[in-house]
Amino acid sequence: MPPLKNLRRRLLLLPAALLAGCNTVVLNPPGDVAAQQGHLIVVATVLMLLIIVPVIALTGLFAWRYRQSNRDETYAPDWDHSTQLELVIWAAPLLIIIALGAVTWISTHTLDPYRPLQRLDAARAVPAGAETLTVEVVALDWKWLFIYPGQGIATVNELAAPVDMPITFKITASSVMNSFYIPALAGQIYAMPGMETKLHAVMNRPGVYEGFSSNYSGAGFSDMRFRFHGMSAADFERWVQSVKAGGGALGRAAYLQLEKPSERVPVKHYASVAPDLYDAVLNRCVDSSKMCMDQMMAIDAGGLGSANAYRVATKAWRSGPGDSLARPYVEAMACTADNPEGKPVSAAVRATQ
Amino acid sequence: MSDITASSIHGGVGAAAGARFHVSGEHHPESGTLLGFWLYLMSDCLVFACLFAAYGVLGRSYAAGPTGADLFDLPMVAVNTSLLLLSSITYGFAVLEMQRRRLRPVLAWLAVTGLLGAGFISLELYEFAHLIHEGAGPQRSAFLSSFFTLVGTHGLHVSFGIVWLITLMVQVGKHGLIAENRRRLMCLSMFWHFLDVVWIGVFTFVYLMGVLP
Amino acid sequence: MNHLDMQSLILGRLTWDAIPFHEPILLATFIGVALGGVALLVALTYFRLWGPLWRDWITSIDHKKIGIMYIVLGLVMLLRGFSDAIMMRAQQAIAFGDAVGFLPPHHYDQVFTAHGVIMIFFVAMPLVTGLMNFVVPLQIGARDVSFPFLNNFSFWMTAFGAGLVMMSLFVGEFARTGWLAYPPLSGIAFSPDVGVDYYIWSLQIAGVGTLLSGVNLIATIVKMRAPGMTLMKMPVFTWTALCTNVLIVAAFPVLTAVLALLSLDRYVGTNFFTNDLGGNAMMYVNLIWIWGHPEVYILVLPAFGIFSEVVATFCGKRLFGYASMVYATVVITILSYLVWLHHFFTMGSGASVNSFFGITTMIISIPTGAKIFNWLFTMYRGRIRFELPMLWTVGFMITFVIGGMTGVLLAVPPADFVLHNSLFLIAHFHNVIIGGVLFGLLAGITYWFPKAFGYKLDPFWGKCSFWFWQIGFFFAFMPLYVLGLMGVTRRLSHFDDPSLQIWFQIAAFGAALIALGILSFIIQLVVSFVRRESLRDTTGDPWNGRTLEWSTASPPPAYNFAFTPLVHDNDAWHDMKANGYVRPLDGFIPIHMPKNTGAGFVIAALSAVCGFALIWHMWLLAGAGFAALLAAVIVHTFNYQRDFHIPADEVVRTEGERTRLLLAGHV
Repeated sequence: MPPLKNLRRRLLLLPAALLAGCNTVVLNPPGDVAAQQGHLIVVATVLMLLIIVPVIALTGLFAWRYRQSNRDETYAPDWDHSTQLELVIWAAPLLIIIALGAVTWISTHTLDPYRPLQRLDAARAVPAGAETLTVEVVALDWKWLFIYPGQGIATVNELAAPVDMPITFKITASSVMNSFYIPALAGQIYAMPGMETKLHAVMNRPGVYEGFSSNYSGAGFSDMRFRFHGMSAADFERWVQSVKAGGGALGRAAYLQLEKPSERVPVKHYASVAPDLYDAVLNRCVDSSKMCMDQMMAIDAGGLGSANAYRVATKAWRSGPGDSLARPYVEAMACTADNPEGKPVSAAVRATQ
Repeated sequence: MSDITASSIHGGVGAAAGARFHVSGEHHPESGTLLGFWLYLMSDCLVFACLFAAYGVLGRSYAAGPTGADLFDLPMVAVNTSLLLLSSITYGFAVLEMQRRRLRPVLAWLAVTGLLGAGFISLELYEFAHLIHEGAGPQRSAFLSSFFTLVGTHGLHVSFGIVWLITLMVQVGKHGLIAENRRRLMCLSMFWHFLDVVWIGVFTFVYLMGVLP
Repeated sequence: MNHLDMQSLILGRLTWDAIPFHEPILLATFIGVALGGVALLVALTYFRLWGPLWRDWITSIDHKKIGIMYIVLGLVMLLRGFSDAIMMRAQQAIAFGDAVGFLPPHHYDQVFTAHGVIMIFFVAMPLVTGLMNFVVPLQIGARDVSFPFLNNFSFWMTAFGAGLVMMSLFVGEFARTGWLAYPPLSGIAFSPDVGVDYYIWSLQIAGVGTLLSGVNLIATIVKMRAPGMTLMKMPVFTWTALCTNVLIVAAFPVLTAVLALLSLDRYVGTNFFTNDLGGNAMMYVNLIWIWGHPEVYILVLPAFGIFSEVVATFCGKRLFGYASMVYATVVITILSYLVWLHHFFTMGSGASVNSFFGITTMIISIPTGAKIFNWLFTMYRGRIRFELPMLWTVGFMITFVIGGMTGVLLAVPPADFVLHNSLFLIAHFHNVIIGGVLFGLLAGITYWFPKAFGYKLDPFWGKCSFWFWQIGFFFAFMPLYVLGLMGVTRRLSHFDDPSLQIWFQIAAFGAALIALGILSFIIQLVVSFVRRESLRDTTGDPWNGRTLEWSTASPPPAYNFAFTPLVHDNDAWHDMKANGYVRPLDGFIPIHMPKNTGAGFVIAALSAVCGFALIWHMWLLAGAGFAALLAAVIVHTFNYQRDFHIPADEVVRTEGERTRLLLAGHV
């Protein structure tokens, strides 16, 4: 019935309205995924207020009415059991939790960060064959690297995307656990070294939004922030061209420099990116003397035998003044004509004797 | 404010009624030692469970290094296992003799148990030294880290058990098979058999399954 | 061996650089602590208190004394943990734009790590353990716990763990990782300094104490209940203590194991949680939260037990739904093992795994809600006396349910994706810990204080403390809910958006109110001591209590009960009072008691020496310390003379003294 439905919608929006003055981006974000998530907060709150409000009210009521000085009320010192009441006490929260549980199951699957988007917003589904934007994200100490494989460019601490285009983020980290979060766009997901997480999102309104890490990662954590620019498709093209015109190339050497710890890093643009750089970052072999993790895992799955157990070399980590910690790594396989199986040098030498 | 009236404080007539609320003689609560030790042992079991879980997750992460198939010397592990299982049997004999209150046989079987345990530890130390010498130490890969930690923690427990066993032998020799010592022997018995059970888990999940592809 | 080698062999990596001579805040704190410490030592010597301190407290195996020492430890550490909180609130209120505040990240990051570690491990745990230690044997009609020596040892292990954390202020520094120290950040590559090692060893040492305490209390409750007290006739606080200690025994080994794995990574170079040789940091996150979630129930279940006792006593009614309370507690205990993943929904598990854990988390709210309703219906048709413990309870009922609500909210994974690690999360867990655990502990301390010391706490200063805490809590944490909804994350030491500042300033004001609450509590303790004669409890039952501890004198004699009680019903003392109980005046017999011992203190001190040596890589000292530790343990096991009998005439004297007191109170 329309009046009730209106009332329900108004009630649901009430908390949001109360807080609207404070720019509560979580409850009222311009990105569709974040909007659905914020909506869930309101739904869950209202469901639980059904229990919480009566409990608080009854607490106040009973505390007042049954205070010792009030002799008018009945005093029943041995009344300690009522099956009916117990049934209500256990059943009422159970029903609310069943409702919330159903909402949880459905929404967790719908809003799974790994699931490609089905809709652009509440009114529009994703058109068939629609273009999507892929961004590869690397959490560094203490800045964010964004690689656009489709456009062949990269940026540090600046992210841009066209409005109403589904974005697929592929996320990893270089050293420690971070969390990739743009509140206006979508929920967060951890960025972890040697592992890839994914996030699917879409921005519905042009604007400039805050992005940051929401998992503490060390000294430069507070300044590990970036801006996310939602813009029209045309503006985005212009932005890509301006990055390409600006020069700078992100190859392996440049990345290894970038990877070194630094704080409050200003925005940087790279007109070109080595095409295999992100894969190398993910597999922790940008330094080509290290064995890539995917190769390592393939070897582990197959087994090579102890005669081929790869030499573990050690390397100084973060070479710089005062840093003298050696960190072990597995040497990369180096296949040559004399060493077709890429055995490490010592084993290859042994094999020929 | 309690309801004790002046007359009840003076005892007298109410005394007999009051007896319904207290035990008049000495009350000896049951000894909690065996339960307490069992609870501790279960918590220790949980530590091992975590180490098994770590091995379960990391046990195939060889980092392109040596695998279980490359490293494990199953015949030696079989000898080790028999030493440990035998030591459990000999401890069992010690407990049987304890129940018959025969001091010298108890000490003898304890000594045999200790020697078998020491043999187990020596073989294990030899195995570890050999692996490390081959470059397959705990730092080489996550698999080796979890292997050394799980097997090593078990070995540490056996070592502490041997220290305890020697201490207990001295104490039993000094005070005889008094109630306190019998309780301690039962606790060590639980500990020893527990380590045996953990070892069966180790040699099944780590050694036997570790050599499979 | 040249000079440098000798130095590193003996001193490890400890050098003069470890002392913070150029950190003004630390230096000032150190001077203050040193002066205060010296004053304390001088006073102890002047009043010739060393002997009594050693004989009556340090070596005591009496559960009542040990309980009191735990609570003193917890309250002292509360001051340290709260100072960390005040520093954080101050920094976050002023560090906007160009203003960098007074705490650079290097310090701020230690402050928030220490705040969490201290509050959980060295405030909440000791307070909870102390109350359980003091109350449970009295409630079940026993003379002490099952393993009195182990009890003493457990306390000293906790105390020395706290000592190590405090040392990190003045020698070296503390971890900069957050209170759970996730790798890879906490691994040797990214935290090479001593901070994480202080963290590991203080927790491992305290953890041993806690685990043994858990074993002790379970054995006590299972084996030492007075005749006639079946499980379903135990007081509810004893039930919650039983479930809490089951949680301790089942959860703390996981903490021991995971910290051991982290320390192997740091000391030996293993690869459990590293990035490059097969390690998996997600394994740490899983293991630490498998411990971490039961831990928060370890904190809150005793608080629930306290509320059950307080509500029944101060409403003058039987607790509503005793059986359902017990079942709810047991269900919560079991379910607390099935929810741990809700702490990291955002780590990228699939939707089905996330929903499973979200739903189990919501299910836990059902028995919790049942408990709240049961307390409500105990109040219904009761005769409520608003003594301080009841004030704290009503405050809890209103405050905690809000925190519970935000918890269920966070249990919806997609909602968590936008709120995880935000200030909304911080507000949630402080809401349930302060509203639930802290309010419960303060209610319990106020409730059982007269039993422990023989006089009540001053009500006026207690009410001040309560209102400052209650109102301060709302001012301090409601703004944090708002900030979380504005997208602000946790552990930041500097901000750029000026529109956020007002909320942080309100929160700082709230923290100041709470500071007044703590100050009022301290004043309450002092004033009560000074006015103790006018607050004296002569009957042993100042609140018209319902459970057995109120049948003893205040404070109880060392042996607790001259004769072990015989129990017939729930609320055993209430049953005794209602059915013509008469206190026996003769027929006293010698009482079998355990002896005091210094072994626990010595072994714990040696553990701390070992820990300190390992932190600073002083391998020689560590080895020697460990050998001494082992020797001390073995020597202690050679002690077979651990008990004695209190002679009958001493019992006669003590009980006669009580008779006189009771008579005097009735004139």
